[in-house]
Amino acid sequence: MDKLLQIQNGQAVSRSDIPDLNFHDFRKTLLNETRNNGFIVQFFAYENEQDILKLVTVIRSGHKLYVTGCSLAEEYPSLTPECEKFHMFEREIAEQFGVRPKDHPWLKMVRYHENYRGKEDIFGNDYSVDIPGNYPYFAVEGDSIHEVAVGPVHAGIIEPGHFRFQCAGEEVLNLEIQLGYQHRGAEKLLEQKGQPLNRLPIIAESIAGDTAIGHGLCHSQAIEALAGLEVAEGSKIIRSVALELERIANHIGDLGALSGDVAFTPPLNYFGRIRGEFLNLSLTMAGNRFGKGLVRPGGVSFPVLAEHRKIICDKIADETPGIANVCDLLFSAHTVLARFEHTGTVPLNIADRLGLVGYSGRASGLSYDARVAYPTEAYAMVEANTNARTTGDVCSRATVRREEIMHSLRTITELLARDIDAEAIPVPSSHSLVPDSFVVTINEAWRGEVSHCLLTDRDGTILRYKIKDPSFHNWTGLAMSLRNQGISDFPLCNKSFNLSYCGFDL
Amino acid sequence: MDPTFSFTSFLSVLTAFTMAPLFMGVILKVKAFFSGKQGPPWLIKYYTLIKLLKKGSVYSTSTTFVFKLGPIISFVTAIMLLLFFPFAGLKPVLSFHGDVVMLFYLLSLGRFFTVLAALDTASPFEGMGAAREVFFSALAEATVFVILALFFRLSGSLSFAEYFTGSHAVNLWSESAALIFLVLIALFIVLLTENSRVPVDDPATHLELTMIHEVMILDHSGPDLALIEMGAFCKMLFYSSFISCLLFPFHTGNPFVNVIVFFIIMTLIYAGIGLVESITARYKMDMVPNFILTSFALVFFATILTMEFVQ
Repeated sequence: MDKLLQIQNGQAVSRSDIPDLNFHDFRKTLLNETRNNGFIVQFFAYENEQDILKLVTVIRSGHKLYVTGCSLAEEYPSLTPECEKFHMFEREIAEQFGVRPKDHPWLKMVRYHENYRGKEDIFGNDYSVDIPGNYPYFAVEGDSIHEVAVGPVHAGIIEPGHFRFQCAGEEVLNLEIQLGYQHRGAEKLLEQKGQPLNRLPIIAESIAGDTAIGHGLCHSQAIEALAGLEVAEGSKIIRSVALELERIANHIGDLGALSGDVAFTPPLNYFGRIRGEFLNLSLTMAGNRFGKGLVRPGGVSFPVLAEHRKIICDKIADETPGIANVCDLLFSAHTVLARFEHTGTVPLNIADRLGLVGYSGRASGLSYDARVAYPTEAYAMVEANTNARTTGDVCSRATVRREEIMHSLRTITELLARDIDAEAIPVPSSHSLVPDSFVVTINEAWRGEVSHCLLTDRDGTILRYKIKDPSFHNWTGLAMSLRNQGISDFPLCNKSFNLSYCGFDL
Repeated sequence: MDPTFSFTSFLSVLTAFTMAPLFMGVILKVKAFFSGKQGPPWLIKYYTLIKLLKKGSVYSTSTTFVFKLGPIISFVTAIMLLLFFPFAGLKPVLSFHGDVVMLFYLLSLGRFFTVLAALDTASPFEGMGAAREVFFSALAEATVFVILALFFRLSGSLSFAEYFTGSHAVNLWSESAALIFLVLIALFIVLLTENSRVPVDDPATHLELTMIHEVMILDHSGPDLALIEMGAFCKMLFYSSFISCLLFPFHTGNPFVNVIVFFIIMTLIYAGIGLVESITARYKMDMVPNFILTSFALVFFATILTMEFVQ
C-alpha cells in the first residue's frame, strides 16, 4: 500500500482507503514531503469507533493533495524539531487529546481547555482557574531588558489576545502571542450527535465573523461531497462572487486601517466608506452585510437574479476608479512608504519554514493560492492573480492586498457577465451522509487557506469535524516579523497580517 | 510695570485662554475636509472639557499623590506661560529681564510632573511613553534655546515681550527676515514635537505602543484629564502665538486691527497644522530625532549667520 493517498479537494474518499502506516513510516514520509516543498493543510487526531486514537494529515505539494494516517500512542517523537510547520498542530493535538509530543521545543497550551479524553493534562493546568492558567511565557533576562504586556483587553474594538514583548529599549527581541480567550468549542459544536444538519452552516459561518463566506463554503462543500449533492452552475458563480466580495470588503477595510495606523487619515476615511458599499452588496445578495445565510449545502439560499447582478455590476463600475485613486494616494505618499517599507519583514525562507498562507505568504514570495491550486466553485474559469512585490514587509502585504482587490473586482465583473440565474435551493431536508468517509475542503478565503475536514462513522454521523483557519499558520509569522523591530511598529505589523483571534481559538 | 494696561492684558490672556479649545477645532475641521467628511462640531473640545469636568476621577491603588499632582502642575504651568505672552502686540501681564528662560523651564516643569505621574502608575506603557517624551523634548529644547540666543542677538533683549515689541523687534518684516524664515520652519517643527502632533506623534491613535504623549496620560480620567487637555491647548496656543508674532509685527497702532489680524493668523497656523497632518504620515520612531534635530540645524545655522552680520 502506498504511503500517501492522492485526493481531490472536496471529494469524499472511504476512510478505509486512507493509508494506516506505523508511526515511524508516517513520520518519515511527512518529513520527507515537507522537505520537498510539502505544506501541511490538516494535521489532527480523532478517536475511531474502537476508541483508538488516529492521526490524520493532509499535505499539499505542488497542486496535489495527499492524505495519510497512523495510529497514535500516548507519546510520540515530535516532528517539530525537524520541521516547524508542525509546531502549532502538535500543540493542538496535545491539548485536545492529552498526547505528548516528545522533545517538542515549545510545548504550551493553545486554547486552554481540558482534553477530550479525560486524560491527565499535559500542561498541568487546573481549568477551574481562569485563562491563562500556568502559561510559561518566554522571558529574556538582563538589566536593560523590559517586558511589555499588552491585552487581552485592548484599547481598540478588537478581539482579545495577549502579547508579551521582551524589549531592549525600543527594540523587540521576542514577541510571544498567547491566544485562546475566545475558545467556544466550535469543533465540538459541529460534532454534536443528533442535531439537524441544517444547524451546522450557521455554526460554520460563526467560526470567524469576517470569514463567514470562507468557512461557510468549506462546510457546504464538505456536506455536498458527503451527501452527494449537486450544485447548479449559477449557484457556483454566486458563491464565488460572495467570496470575492468578502475579500474586497476586508482588504479595503485593512488598507484603510493600515493608513490610519501611520496617522495618514484621508485613505482611512475614504476606504471606510467604500468598505461599507461592498458590505451592502453582500446585503443585496444575502440580506446580511457579512453574507451570512447565503451559502448552504446544495447551493445558495436566496435567488440572485439579473436585477441583483445589475446592482452589483453597476456599483463595482462606480467604485473601481475611486478605489484606484485612493490606493494611488496611499501608495504614492512618501511618508507612508517610509513606514511600510522594510517594516515587519518575513523573508521567504522563514515564511516557507513556517508555512505561511494567504496574502501573508504571497507577500513573502510563496505564490500558493488555493483558488489556483485547488479551484472550487467557479474559480476554474477565473484568471490567476500575480503579485509584483514579494519582499515580505508591510509594504508587500499592503501591495498584495491592493492587487487582490483589483483582481477581485475584475473577477466579479467577469463572472457576473455570464447569463446564469442562481435559484434558491429549498430549505434542505436532512440529507444523509455517506458512512465511513473522509473529505477535506480547501478554499482561499480572504485571509488565506481555510480548510474543513470531516470524517463520518459507520452510521453516517459526523465522527470528527476539524477546522483550520489560515490564522492558525500565520500568527507565528506575525511573531517572527517583530524580531528586532521597533515596538512602536507592532500595531502596523499586526494590522498588515490582520489575523483572526476567534478563527484561531475556535 | 505700568499698571494701566493690566486690564487689557488680563483680558487678552483670558480671551486667548477661552479661545484655545476653539482653535483645536480648526485642526479637526481641516483634517475632516481632506478626508471628505463634515468633521466634529467646531465646539467639540468645549463639549469634551465639560463632559470630563462632570465626571469623577478614578485612581489606581498603586498610585500616590504624585499622580494627582501631575495634571494640576501641568495645567498651572501652561496658564503661567500665557501670562508672559504679548497677545496681538498687547503688553503681557508679567514681563521681566530674563523671563524667556523662566518661560521655557515652566514648560519643562509641567512636563517633568506629567512624566513623574506617568512613572507613578508603574505601567510599562507609560514608562515607555515617558522615555520617548523626555528624549524628544530634550532635543527640541536645544532648538528653543538657540532661538532665544539668536533673538537676543537680534533684539538685544532677554524678555519675551520685548523680542517682539522693542525697537529691534524680531519678525519676518525686519531686515533679518531671511534668518527669521529659518526660525519659522524650526519653530513649526518644535511646535509639532512639543504638542504631540503628526508626524512626531498621533493624538488620534488608540494604539498604546505607538503613543508618546497620550500614553503618559492613559490613567488620568475626569477632571484630571480635563486639566491636562486644557494645559495642552494652552501650550499649543503659546507656540502658535509665538509663530504669529514672527509673522506679523502688530505695530499698526490700532489694537482692533491687531486683534483681528492676530486671530486670522492664528487660524491659518492651526489650519497649517491640520494640513500637515492630512498630507503626511507619522515618522518611524527612530526617524523622529532626525526630524527634530533638523530644526536645530536650521536655527544654529541662522545664529552663525548673525555672528557675521553683527560684528
